[in-house]
Amino acid sequence: MFGPQSSLVMYDEELKRINATIEKLLREANAKVIFLVDKNGQLITAVGETEHLDTTSLASLTAGNIAATGGLAKLIGEKEFSILFHEGEKDNLHISIVAGRVILVVIFDQRSSLGLVRLRVKKASDELGDIFQDLAKKAEDMEAGGEFQSPFAEITDDDIDNLFS
Amino acid sequence: MSFINYASREINCKIVYYGPGLCGKTTNLQFVYQKTAPEAKGKMISLATETERTLFFDFLPLALGEIRGFKTRFHLYTVPGQVFYDASRKLILKGVDGVVFVADSQEERLDANIESLENLKVNLEEQGYQLEKLPFVMQYNKRDLPNVSPLEELRSLLNPTNVPEYEACATTGEGVFETLKAVAKLILIDLKKGGR
Ligand SMILES: Nc1nc2c(ncn2[C@@H]2O[C@H](COP(=O)(O)OP(=O)(O)OP(=O)(O)O)[C@@H](O)[C@H]2O)c(=O)[nH]1
Ligand SMILES: [Mg+2]
Repeated sequence: MFGPQSSLVMYDEELKRINATIEKLLREANAKVIFLVDKNGQLITAVGETEHLDTTSLASLTAGNIAATGGLAKLIGEKEFSILFHEGEKDNLHISIVAGRVILVVIFDQRSSLGLVRLRVKKASDELGDIFQDLAKKAEDMEAGGEFQSPFAEITDDDIDNLFS
Repeated sequence: MSFINYASREINCKIVYYGPGLCGKTTNLQFVYQKTAPEAKGKMISLATETERTLFFDFLPLALGEIRGFKTRFHLYTVPGQVFYDASRKLILKGVDGVVFVADSQEERLDANIESLENLKVNLEEQGYQLEKLPFVMQYNKRDLPNVSPLEELRSLLNPTNVPEYEACATTGEGVFETLKAVAKLILIDLKKGGR
C-alpha cells in the first residue's frame, strides 16, 4: 500500500480513531490546531481552531518543507530530520513524521511549551503509528482478497466530462 | 499517488507540470486560477525568486465537483524548470498521479525541451515510476510566437508515443484547459481501472 504507485486509502473507522487520538493530543498538549498531512501534501485531517486557517495550503507547504529538509538530511548523510520546530512571535509550529509517511503538525502558543508538546507528541505518535499500520493491513487484505473496489470502477466518460462543464 | 478518503468521500490527485525554464508552466496555472470560480479553487501558492522564476513550486488546489458521490480534488504543481533546481524537481514528483509536459515551441528551445523530457524520465524512474505508465499529456506552448518549430518536428522529437497533445498559448489561455482536462481524464480512467 505504501509503494509509490498505490493510493492512500482512509476509512471511517480509522479516521475516527485518528481524530480521537489527535483531539486528545490537542487537549493534553494545550495546542491550538493539529493536523495530519500525507507526505505528498494532502491533508488527512485537522482539529482545533481551524476556521481561519487555510489548511489546504498549510498541508502543501508542510509537505514541501518536510521534503526539502529530507533532501537536506540526505545530503549530510542523515536519513531524515524527524522533528522540525519553527518559532514565531505568537505561534509556533512543531512538525514531526509519524509511521514514516505521515506528517503531524502541532500549532501552539504561550499557553503551552515545546517540552510539553514534544512529550505528548511522542506518545500520540505511537498510537497513530498503530492506526496507520492497521490501515495498511486493511488495504493489503482487501487487495489480496480482491475486495478492493475502486469507487470509480463504474464511472463513465460522461461523468468525467461533466466535471469540466 | 491519489488519496481516497472514504470517511469524507473525497479523492485527491496530484498533477505536475514539467518542462524547461520559462516554457510557461507557471503561466498555465495562473490562467487556470484566473478562470476558475472562487468556490472551486483554493489559494495559489508560488514559491518564486524575486524575478518570478519558480524556486520550489507553484501549487493550486482545484475542487472540480463530484463523481459518484466523491468530491474530486486536483492538486496542481509546477516544478522549477531551471536546470540547477533538479533536487527540487525530484521532490515535487513524489506521489504524482499525472504529468503535463509543457514544451516551449521556440526553435532555440528545442534542445532544452529534449533535455527536460529526458530529465523527467530519469527522475520518475528514480522513484519507481515509468512515464509510459503514467497519465501523461504533451502541451506545445507559445504557438503565438513567430520563431516556432513546426508541429511535426516537435511531435517526432517529444511525443513519439502519441500521448494526447495540445497546442497552446498560456498567456491568452488557449489550450490551457484542454490540457488540464485531458490529464485529469487520464487520471480518472486510471483510477477507474482500480487497484492503484
Ligand atoms: N508569447 C508567449 N509568452 C508566454 C507564453 N507562455 C508563457 N509565456 C511567457 O514566458 C515567460 C515565462 O513563463 P513562466 O510561466 O514563468 O515559465 P515557467 O515555465 O514557470 O519558468 P520556470 O519557473 O523558470 O521554470 C513569462 O514572461 C510568460 O509571460 C505563451 O504561450 N506565449
Ligand atoms: Mg515557473
